[in-house]
Amino acid sequence: MSTRETVDFRKQVVEDVLEIYPEKAKKNRRQHIAVKDSECASCAVKSNAKTVPGIMTARGCAYAGAKGVVWGPVKDVVHISHGPVGCGYYSWGNRRNLADGEIGVDNFVPFLFTSDFQESDIIYGGDKKLEKIIDEVVGLFPNAKGVSVLSECPVGLIGDDIESVARRMSEKIELPVIPVRCEGFRGISQSLGHHIANDAIRDHLLGKGPAREIGPYDIGIIGDYNIGGDAWASKKILEEMGLKVVNIWTGDSTLEMLQNGHLVKLNLIHCFRSMNYIAKHMEETYGTPWIEFNFFGPTKIKESILKIAAQFDDYIMEKALKVIEKYAAPMQKVIDTYRPRLEGKSVMLYVGGLRPRHIVGAYEDLGMEVIGTGYEFAHNEDYEKTIPALKEGTLIYDDVTALELEEFVKKLKPDLVGSGIKEKYVFEKMGLPFRQMHSWDYSGPYHGYEGFPIFARDMDMAINSPTWKSIKAPWTK
Amino acid sequence: METCTKVTKEWLNTQEYREKNFAREKLVINPAKACQPLGALLCALGIEASLPFVHGSQGCAAYFRSTLSRHYREPVAAVSDSMTEDSAVFGGQSNLIEGLKNANALYSPKVIAMFTSCMAEVIGDDINAYLGNAKEQEAIPKDLPVALANTPSFKGSHITGYDTMLKGLIECLATPRQEDKINNRLYVVPGFDTYTANLREYKRLLKVMDAPYTLLPDQSDVLDAPNLGTYELYPGGTPITEMNDALNAASFLFAQTYSTPTTRKYLASMEVPVEVISMPIGVEKTDKFIEAVAKFTGKDVPEEITIERGRSIDAMTDSHQYIHGKKFALFGDPDVLIGVVSFLLEMGGEPVHIVCTNSTPLFKKAMESMLAASPYGQTATLYAGKDLWHLRSLLVTEPVDMLIGDSHGKWAARDADIPLVRIGFPITDRVNLHRYPIVGYSGVINMITMIVNTFLEEKDRTSTDPYFEMMR
Repeated sequence: MSTRETVDFRKQVVEDVLEIYPEKAKKNRRQHIAVKDSECASCAVKSNAKTVPGIMTARGCAYAGAKGVVWGPVKDVVHISHGPVGCGYYSWGNRRNLADGEIGVDNFVPFLFTSDFQESDIIYGGDKKLEKIIDEVVGLFPNAKGVSVLSECPVGLIGDDIESVARRMSEKIELPVIPVRCEGFRGISQSLGHHIANDAIRDHLLGKGPAREIGPYDIGIIGDYNIGGDAWASKKILEEMGLKVVNIWTGDSTLEMLQNGHLVKLNLIHCFRSMNYIAKHMEETYGTPWIEFNFFGPTKIKESILKIAAQFDDYIMEKALKVIEKYAAPMQKVIDTYRPRLEGKSVMLYVGGLRPRHIVGAYEDLGMEVIGTGYEFAHNEDYEKTIPALKEGTLIYDDVTALELEEFVKKLKPDLVGSGIKEKYVFEKMGLPFRQMHSWDYSGPYHGYEGFPIFARDMDMAINSPTWKSIKAPWTK
Repeated sequence: METCTKVTKEWLNTQEYREKNFAREKLVINPAKACQPLGALLCALGIEASLPFVHGSQGCAAYFRSTLSRHYREPVAAVSDSMTEDSAVFGGQSNLIEGLKNANALYSPKVIAMFTSCMAEVIGDDINAYLGNAKEQEAIPKDLPVALANTPSFKGSHITGYDTMLKGLIECLATPRQEDKINNRLYVVPGFDTYTANLREYKRLLKVMDAPYTLLPDQSDVLDAPNLGTYELYPGGTPITEMNDALNAASFLFAQTYSTPTTRKYLASMEVPVEVISMPIGVEKTDKFIEAVAKFTGKDVPEEITIERGRSIDAMTDSHQYIHGKKFALFGDPDVLIGVVSFLLEMGGEPVHIVCTNSTPLFKKAMESMLAASPYGQTATLYAGKDLWHLRSLLVTEPVDMLIGDSHGKWAARDADIPLVRIGFPITDRVNLHRYPIVGYSGVINMITMIVNTFLEEKDRTSTDPYFEMMR
């Protein structure tokens, strides 16, 4: 098929799939799907809008964005899931934000702390209970550096005043107590939860830490949650370049890192969607500059290393070039091993707020092509950054529904689908290789030079697994 | 700083800390319970072409689906009507109506199982009235059954939600009981059971015993679906026709007690004969199940079952020495705990700490009287309403040989340096365990295999050279 034919075919696929909807839903969904077409300037993708009720979205809620994504990985803070037991239970141990520390002493990542609301708390309010809980936290966990209060739906609906509880208790226990108003009904996806979490850091922690001299090469990583050790893999490259990573937000993070996020020469922002608010704030208020970077796959890593080094002096640039040189051969070896097995294979992605564009280069390093991609909770600027990185004819879908994605996959027939746990087994039942691209399917890291060989191996393992060949019984027609 | 960390670390393992930990009144740390709608969703998946529908925030639906998918490694379909801030102000009716319309158009279910999450409950949405309006406005056909369940997360736990949804499904789908239309079937309700193999085991035993039956609900083909190269949204479940006829059941047999009281009460009020037994884990409880089915059929227990029972007894006597006198800690749901503790007592194992976060007074009484009646239950304490951080204190101050519970127990087991045998829900860090029954006589053999081989594995792993032996 020529490129033009591909574009037209995929546009027709979109029209066909939209036929499943009643009129109102169809009108809504059409705005969220596009095919990249340089001849069509108006082919934009609408995003960050309410989900259509009843259509099986993969999206979560503000609590998931605030607790699950931003606050949960901060290891030396006790995070109270404030409200009924469920939200905390389902976000307990289910995100692979690894943290190094003594569990129960100065690392509370693998815990669920909940106020376990009962009916009486709904009727009489939970503020008194919250006070008592914070007291009990301090008594049982004396090394905790602070307490965050992550509100679940009922808290906002019954009109509890967690802000004043937090103020009072913070004075009493002489530690930061951070109220986070991330009730699940706020906003339209996880995205507002990220924003609310960023604002809570800004209002309660940033700039309130112990003062620190800023070294000439001090940098911070913002928006790397250390999934499967990703942040550690990124840190390794940066330190080999001669830079000093003093903060990571918020993978394997500490309260002090949040307080001192602005005390660096440069902030490197990885997940722009979840952390751009605070990065911009640090720049506006403290003059701390930030740039985006991408450590997926050797091509993007090299580009990013050069971009980062250009912000510093010759010493760093010289070291940066050495790092690139050092890893050139081992990365070429990975490509030589896997590219022949993966060349020309196509991928469809559907992930959160960053990876649908950031990881494209890593697939291309392996000779693979991304033919469809989309975000759960991106905003317009994310799509603006994505579209130039995509080939003509790529299908782009925002907040794609379960049925749309199934139909798109059936029609476009990719060799691999990369999405989340809710999608994984649907496609595997269809006999399609799949990798979870939120959790790295319990593998990883995928970032940095350390991650690329693992990424390449995993994609090869999925696509070329002999298990797919056994699906058809020999006696079936 | 280093010393401070070390001091606290050691303090966590002291009797003093245990007392302080048990003195807490409001803070809950690592509870072994989820919330109602998760159980409602699981229940709904067990009915033919049933589409679970969350009336509430979409985040809830995402959490339930992910949690169930991680346990079963299977697709879990459920929609929500994505209520947001404006619903908090105006109520969730317009979301509910539009959601029903879209869900029906996309997924053509035979029944929609609608249950609520917190938001709808706190603002007091009247889902029954909204459903009436939805049908009035022709958002869905008038004859499309929609079962309703109010499942606030601030009451009960996942097992309560299962029960509420089950009652809602029967209420919605079953025609009124007519004495001249009583069918010949035994309706078996497994309860909140996350082992697809348990459900298959019930069906196999009922077949062997020649009992006409309906398993209600039945997720076995939904949450253990074959890979045939196509994805089926509705791969199984209790047939709708058998749901329609549920109130005309000859009898109902409940294989769990604490996850079913609401449904039992409802059926009794409809004058349907109801029998309830303990979850058939271990020999004695399985015997009770077999006897209950035999009583229903009025036939002798087939020899095949007696032989099967004999094989499980053979496995018990063969390996009793590895469990007898061993000390155990357990946590989980009430029905599973009663069963597993009963099995351990039969083997001469000694339960010491039993933690049940979602305990009830009736369960406490049943567990304590079972323990009191066994010479092996004398050292056991039931910790009702406690959590896994309490359990950790128990394990480090009063050590045992093994912990039995779901994957959430792995930190406490690690801190106490003992193995965790995974029985319960969710199991997210081992594969296929839900494909092996823990109920019935084959369940006895499977539990012996898991527990004994784990002990023996530990022994081999920790033996010094002279004691590293060929035979165990």
